Amino acid sequence: MGMAPLASRGGAAKVRRCWQDRLPHLVTRGVLYLVLLILSGLFILPLFWMVTSALKRPDELYVFPPVWIPSPPQWGNFCRAVTFFPFLKYLGNTLYITVPVVIGTVVTGSFVAYGFSRLDWVWRDKVFSLVLATMMLPYPVTMVPLYLLWRRFGLIGIDTPLRGFGPLIIPAYFGGGAFNIFLFRQFLMTIPTELSEAARIDGCSEFRIYRQIILPLAKPVMATVSLFTFLGGWNDFLGPLIYLNSIEQYTLALGLRDFQGQYSVTADLMMAASTVVTLPIILLFFLAQRTFIQGIALTGIKA
Amino acid sequence: MLQLSHMERARLKWGLIFISPWILGFLLFLLYPMLASMYYSFTDYDVLRPPRWVGLGNYVRFFTKDNLAFTCIYNTLYFATFSVPLNILVAVVLSLLLNARVKGLAVFRAIFFIPSIVPVVSTAILWVWLFNTRNGLFNMALRAIGFQGVGWLTDPAWAKPSMIIMTLWGVGGTVIIYLAGLQDIPGQLYEAATIDGAGAWQQITKITIPLLTPQIFFHLVMGVIGAFQVFTQAFIMGSLGGGALGMGSEAGPANALLFYSFYLYLNAFRFFRMGYASAMAWVLFAITLMCTLVILRSSRRWVFYGGA
Repeated sequence: MGMAPLASRGGAAKVRRCWQDRLPHLVTRGVLYLVLLILSGLFILPLFWMVTSALKRPDELYVFPPVWIPSPPQWGNFCRAVTFFPFLKYLGNTLYITVPVVIGTVVTGSFVAYGFSRLDWVWRDKVFSLVLATMMLPYPVTMVPLYLLWRRFGLIGIDTPLRGFGPLIIPAYFGGGAFNIFLFRQFLMTIPTELSEAARIDGCSEFRIYRQIILPLAKPVMATVSLFTFLGGWNDFLGPLIYLNSIEQYTLALGLRDFQGQYSVTADLMMAASTVVTLPIILLFFLAQRTFIQGIALTGIKA
Repeated sequence: MLQLSHMERARLKWGLIFISPWILGFLLFLLYPMLASMYYSFTDYDVLRPPRWVGLGNYVRFFTKDNLAFTCIYNTLYFATFSVPLNILVAVVLSLLLNARVKGLAVFRAIFFIPSIVPVVSTAILWVWLFNTRNGLFNMALRAIGFQGVGWLTDPAWAKPSMIIMTLWGVGGTVIIYLAGLQDIPGQLYEAATIDGAGAWQQITKITIPLLTPQIFFHLVMGVIGAFQVFTQAFIMGSLGGGALGMGSEAGPANALLFYSFYLYLNAFRFFRMGYASAMAWVLFAITLMCTLVILRSSRRWVFYGGA
């Protein structure tokens, strides 16, 4: 790739010709990197603006031209935001919902997917098509009757069992949703059938094969499903909005929106609170980058 | 159980045991709610008093008497029509750029991906601030180059385009999926095309894009279904972007951000018109199903299966 040192006149001519040949290529590469850098800048800018706004004094927020780097940065804004916006309480509620949801999804999702991938039975693939078809059902179609159902079960409201979080937790224990069953199944199908056959000949029950042979091999997909389920729980807005009616029950997403709804909140505190809610997810990304990227790629393999 | 042998019956038993959690969930959280929703849609039901049968009344009212019905259908179709294809276009372009054997791929990929995992509520609040008419970053940038600012979320004509711009920021997940698809395309195809004298543009349009159509198709179907349910962003941007800092309307300026699911939510949980909301849900289901079928039907003509 690099230009050879000029050893002779012939060499110089060769280098010139080489340059002429490569010039269009270099221009294309240059343009490519330029475009990528500009686009990257556009994608980073909003996040940068969120953090920098969070660190400004009120007077720096509303000036033109804008202040890019506040001086000195108001780290105290984060403390104030976290006090006004009861971050720890909301975090506790979010985890109270999300952790059991992740457990339920991984346990029952892998269990159900075992039935759809490691066992061979009549109508299996027809039933699985039904599972996939349910992904296309818009949530609003079942939203109203589900709410009425949970009301009848007496699981809405902070004084009920599970502190009113039941409607958000319990459904995860029924396979964890079509999409997760699909992800588990995709992975379990790649494990050679011989493993199960050998165990069956040795008299292993299906439960033992699932628990002692298949589950240990399914760790990568368990990580992927856990990660996306966790993210989904952290993100969920409509579910908590419908089922949680006391501020004591609010999740981070709901609390953040509630914080925004108060007139007196200034943009610096608003951005500080948004940053605080976003930061754990970004840290998670850097900790589990490979699980993220491979997991996302996995979801798109086959339509 | 007509002609199943002993062996087949044993296998069926084990299959059903393993999928039983899903079966229960399907019956309880899907089939029952669907049937119940169908029933409620023919009733007047405010939760406090028992449902009262009104026949097709809710549907008739929605299509003939409700002024907001047209608004919310129009807004939702507008959003779906522009946001889904634009997201696909941007994702294809970004993934093609990243697939051009760039150095620092992991860094660029992370930069494009991270915005897509920022929690939706944070994203919406951040963009309300970016779109702020007086002190938002965008209008400051416009002012810096001598333009007048735009009322991003306060002008009815701009509210939906603004929201669509925001959704483009979250395109990163799709980019990763497309990129994985691009990397599966065998190199020999390009080599053969080069020998045959095909230029870069021809290679993209004749090899890359056709081989990416399965992913694009999947994204199109799920994207349209998702776009019809858009809720959270509109809920946040509508109530605080428009109006006087949250004191104005709840659905953006002149109801420009009144989307279908949001209006359904308002009917169900604000006005306690459960029957009416259920009828709306079935209309949504019908629209979604129709669009999905049209896309599925058209896919035979443009989705390329085979190859890798």
